[in-house]
Amino acid sequence: MRHLAAFGRFWWSFVVGDDWRAAAGVLSSIGVTAVLAALGWAAWWFLPPATAVVLWLSLRRAIRQRAIR
Amino acid sequence: MHVNDGFLFASAFLASGVEMVEALTIVLAAGVTRGWRSALFGLGAAVVVLTVIVAVLGPALTLIPISALRLVVGALLLAFGLQWLRKAILRASGFMGLHDEDAIFARELEGARGAAREERAGMDWYGFTLAFKGVLLEGLEVAFIVITFGSAQGNIRLAALGAAAALVLVAVVGVLVRAPLARVPENTLKFAVGVMLTTFGIFWSAEGAGADWPGGDAALPLVLVFVVLVSLASVALLRRRRLAPTPA
Repeated sequence: MRHLAAFGRFWWSFVVGDDWRAAAGVLSSIGVTAVLAALGWAAWWFLPPATAVVLWLSLRRAIRQRAIR
Repeated sequence: MHVNDGFLFASAFLASGVEMVEALTIVLAAGVTRGWRSALFGLGAAVVVLTVIVAVLGPALTLIPISALRLVVGALLLAFGLQWLRKAILRASGFMGLHDEDAIFARELEGARGAAREERAGMDWYGFTLAFKGVLLEGLEVAFIVITFGSAQGNIRLAALGAAAALVLVAVVGVLVRAPLARVPENTLKFAVGVMLTTFGIFWSAEGAGADWPGGDAALPLVLVFVVLVSLASVALLRRRRLAPTPA
């Protein structure tokens, strides 16, 4: 059980890292893209700017956390 | 060679090169302090494990339908790539210390010198474990990139070739120099890799989610340009913010 938890923790920090909100933002943005595509609308334009917003918010959080420490 | 194959090769080569420079630092520290035999056995064992992971998982992933694969791989790459890019932007703007192979080497040397000696089967187990763990952990990122890039692009061999070219280059230079490759512009390379991972992540996850890129694969370089511009603009904005006088 301990090894399984360690394995899970490794993959979590490997893919998600220290900002789970960024990973959640990525998943939500992909979800919106899928909805747009399913509705038959042009969906390609959404993900690039959404990623830019997720990145910028993640950078701001990282800087704020550094300032607090 | 298709233009996206060129991107695939370059991404696998750069990402693998960066990780291998870090792995080399650890192997050198293990070799210098604990003996080369143990360090090289550790290195060899980790390479075998990584080869098995790529050889087993790579073909298994090709059995998954390409759109589902691109959705999952794209989402993983995007989350993973944003981590790299965020760190690279924080480093480039001065909010985070630069990656320094010399400092890491000194730290590893100190740790390895202080550890007790335990010999089994003619090998120092601390040296073996240090090299094995270092190469395995750095190599897992390489394996992840080779498998995800290769399977989503339908060309694992080309991605593996890019990684192998980086391995040969770093190994040859490492043997010649016998010191950490501190002069490799690692921070710039990490920035480039973060940009590549994010670009492929956006492209494949959007495609996997059902979006059609105008111009098909030809849109990939445009996504790359967009990610580069956003990253450089972020660095410029954060630098200005860091240097701005704080209100009294």
